[in-house]
Amino acid sequence: MNFLQNIGIVPLDDAEVALNSEPTVQDEMIIQNVTRRSFIKNTAIASSSLVIGIQLSSASAFSKNSNKSLFDPDVFISMDKAGTVTIMSHRSEMGQGIKSSLPMLVADEMECDWDRVVVKQALGDSKYGSQNTDGSRSVRRFYFRLKEAGATARTMLQNAAAKVWKVKPSDVTIYNHQAKLKDSSQVLDFSDLVEIAATLPIPDKATLKIKTESEHRYVGKDNMKIIDAKDMVTGKAIYGFDVELKNMKYSVIARPPVLFGKVKSFDATETLKVPGVLKVIELPALTPPAVFKMLGGIAVIATNTWAAIQGREKLKIDWEHGKNEVYNTKEYENNFIEALKSPPHVVRNRGDWDKEKESADKVLTHDYYVGGIAHATMEPPAATAIVTDKGVDVWACTQTPQSAQNNAMSVMQIPKENKDSVRIKVTLLGGAFGRKSKPDYVAEAVYLANETKMAVKVLWTREDEIKHGYYHSPSYQKLSATFDKEGNATGWYHGMVNHPIGATFNPAAKQAGSAELGQGDVPFDLPNIKITNGESDTFLRIGWVRSVTNINNAFAACSFADEMAVESGMDSKDYLLKLIGKDQHIDLIKDGFKYTNYGESFENFPIDTARLKNVINVVANNANWGEKLPEGHGIGIAAHRSFCSYVATVVQVSFIKGKVKVEKIFYAIDAGKVINPDRVKSQMEGAAIFSLSNAFYGEITADKGIVEQSNFHDYEMVRMAQVPDIHVEIIKSDQRPAGVGEPGVPPFSPALCNAIYNASGRRFRRLPLNQFGIV
Amino acid sequence: MIELKINGKTQQLDVSGDMPLLWALRDIVKLTGSKYGCGKGLCGACTVHINGEATRSCVLPVSAAVGQEITTIEGLSENADHPLQKAWMELNVPQCGYCQSGQIMSAATLLSKNASPTDDDIDQAMSGNICRCGTYPRIKNAIHLAAKLATEVK
Repeated sequence: MNFLQNIGIVPLDDAEVALNSEPTVQDEMIIQNVTRRSFIKNTAIASSSLVIGIQLSSASAFSKNSNKSLFDPDVFISMDKAGTVTIMSHRSEMGQGIKSSLPMLVADEMECDWDRVVVKQALGDSKYGSQNTDGSRSVRRFYFRLKEAGATARTMLQNAAAKVWKVKPSDVTIYNHQAKLKDSSQVLDFSDLVEIAATLPIPDKATLKIKTESEHRYVGKDNMKIIDAKDMVTGKAIYGFDVELKNMKYSVIARPPVLFGKVKSFDATETLKVPGVLKVIELPALTPPAVFKMLGGIAVIATNTWAAIQGREKLKIDWEHGKNEVYNTKEYENNFIEALKSPPHVVRNRGDWDKEKESADKVLTHDYYVGGIAHATMEPPAATAIVTDKGVDVWACTQTPQSAQNNAMSVMQIPKENKDSVRIKVTLLGGAFGRKSKPDYVAEAVYLANETKMAVKVLWTREDEIKHGYYHSPSYQKLSATFDKEGNATGWYHGMVNHPIGATFNPAAKQAGSAELGQGDVPFDLPNIKITNGESDTFLRIGWVRSVTNINNAFAACSFADEMAVESGMDSKDYLLKLIGKDQHIDLIKDGFKYTNYGESFENFPIDTARLKNVINVVANNANWGEKLPEGHGIGIAAHRSFCSYVATVVQVSFIKGKVKVEKIFYAIDAGKVINPDRVKSQMEGAAIFSLSNAFYGEITADKGIVEQSNFHDYEMVRMAQVPDIHVEIIKSDQRPAGVGEPGVPPFSPALCNAIYNASGRRFRRLPLNQFGIV
Repeated sequence: MIELKINGKTQQLDVSGDMPLLWALRDIVKLTGSKYGCGKGLCGACTVHINGEATRSCVLPVSAAVGQEITTIEGLSENADHPLQKAWMELNVPQCGYCQSGQIMSAATLLSKNASPTDDDIDQAMSGNICRCGTYPRIKNAIHLAAKLATEVK
């Protein structure tokens, strides 16, 4: 078992591919001066004067492609004769700012003038290592190697200038796209140096002078402008929905209302009468496991989207719903409750909880329930494909172009050795949150393009997105704590059951998951800790949604910690610090927990309680924790480590006439070294608001296996008036860079409910809150 | 044939009168800056101006847009120099950016009627626009900044 399987998010095949090709910091990076090598045939590269390739994937991943040149570089820094530097972005941009942040790191280290840098989106190709842009790991995994790449290019330019001036390289300084000669006013622009640099060997890694933090000019600076901003505010940015090809057709699909349902029969007579409708095509029925395969159903192909939508409405389809028709979300809660009576999977066990519970002076127990959540990306899934004798070309808003490529290959039955004939072009992503790492929509586009021999764009309507998602599972949780006669906590129990993500990949998977994400890694310094998972059947596609099971695990754990504070008559923040206890690196392995730490080593990324306590103190200070609040107002706090980052949140609410209003939000995040503070702040702002929507409205339910919600009227999002200013402090840190995209989500909803309790004395242990009429 | 005046240019479209303006703009005229988000007038991603009024193009049949001045995000300014566009870039408002053209079009109507809106004015005017990434606080700040920029220009 490896990490990806442990957390149940990737099937075996994909997990192996991802694990073998995902670079780790220990891997050797190979840098080549590509210009110098004679084999360049790629015209895009040949037009540049200096091309430096950084091989990001491990050597083992490359040996698998031995029919290809070993020196086929996968991330290029290239410079043309005018000195314009092009940096490839090999990760997907979905709002997290990665297309700005990683190139900033390279450009800073290379001493580029940011205005003379162009960022291009890379194709999907295993030569990049894993491009799966999820798990909040782009910066975490690439920080050091991209600095090295930038420093290599800078050193080559330095060496080129030294050659021109016939001096030692140490007499040359490189600054802002220029070389300066020591003790003189002579300067050379990068454009003057590029052709010479292109003839030079790659400098030895040991000779590189990597910038220190204080030498950074872009990294860590707050005023960096985001790539694509101008296109975004002028309507020119191209998302998956916006791809237009010559003679392209538009398609929407009537998918089986129940997962694994089938078309019994259908009548498209009226559909084909709709002006603009060209064809109706039945897609192959889906059989378990769902993975990223097409859901099946009937596709309508038309000359425009509106005709396709109209045509779909006129389809008469007789569905065979299949066995998932038995599922009712509300009724299934009883199965969850039953499953937690004696959960078979004990994932962490410290001390002797069972004995402690028998002998404790007091036991506090509460149950929590968090509803299922849909991604609700503003841009629903969309993909465009064309199949020709030259292969398959796909344009898609995908987080994971390589999975999209695999998916397209299985639809077309293209063998692995011909994978280069399937080209995945990554557009901008109009929000993703995990939805767009599941390329079922790419499979649909490729299937229809092949059937019709036309360029086809498959568009998901909002109803499709809400009704046919890969949902965050509803979950039921039981939390217990024991206390001695002085009232000190002595034990912690957390049982959790949900529909496991694993079932999307393996129909036999029953064990709830994942305990690795905020349940088993509870940071409290108590002598007795027991963490369990129950078992459940699964009836919908379950998938990872921004921060995954941290959403429910942190809600329950951080709410319950607050309940313990109340029970003990202590201040919530002080009690939280007390529960965390002394400064230490928590050893979960000692407790028998097979914790894989978001794929990172404990040496590089320990669970450091000092850092967790620090964010609590910082956020509490910023929020004026302890100040007297007006009548009807309350304050709540929560802190959570996820994706190797430490985040604490304080929420202030008013609770007046039975309605809650969020008045203030404060965040402190310790994500180690930060490249782009503005994008870290924007991720915390976004995480708070994403989480507020989840906490207020997030509940997907099904009856007879059919999802009951359909659009923003019954699956609501918070609006501007519901959101106050959000204060974010980023902890200055020299620690390794950790995740940012997801860690802001988990602590928000417990901080919110703790604040509501503080304001009103009402404790909400179920989300979403709109079911109580308080929103 | 339906005749529409889009961003100052008159165009003949061979579409049925009940086609929502959004799909005519996107699929026929190939102006993809106006986005699909819900198709029901719930999210504002498709917002365009009809005679200067912010309007949800996903629920407006093209027949109702005949003879009207239609402005899309592509026609808001010559060179990304509308005060809102400048403010949006200055404050790094977008995350994924998908909803932002609709947000800007809604905000532009607000500013055209109210040169210095309060927070409440902004909340009200922007209540029909959803941003799932959560850029609301920055949008609000950017509208205030744009109001200031617009006054300075005058």
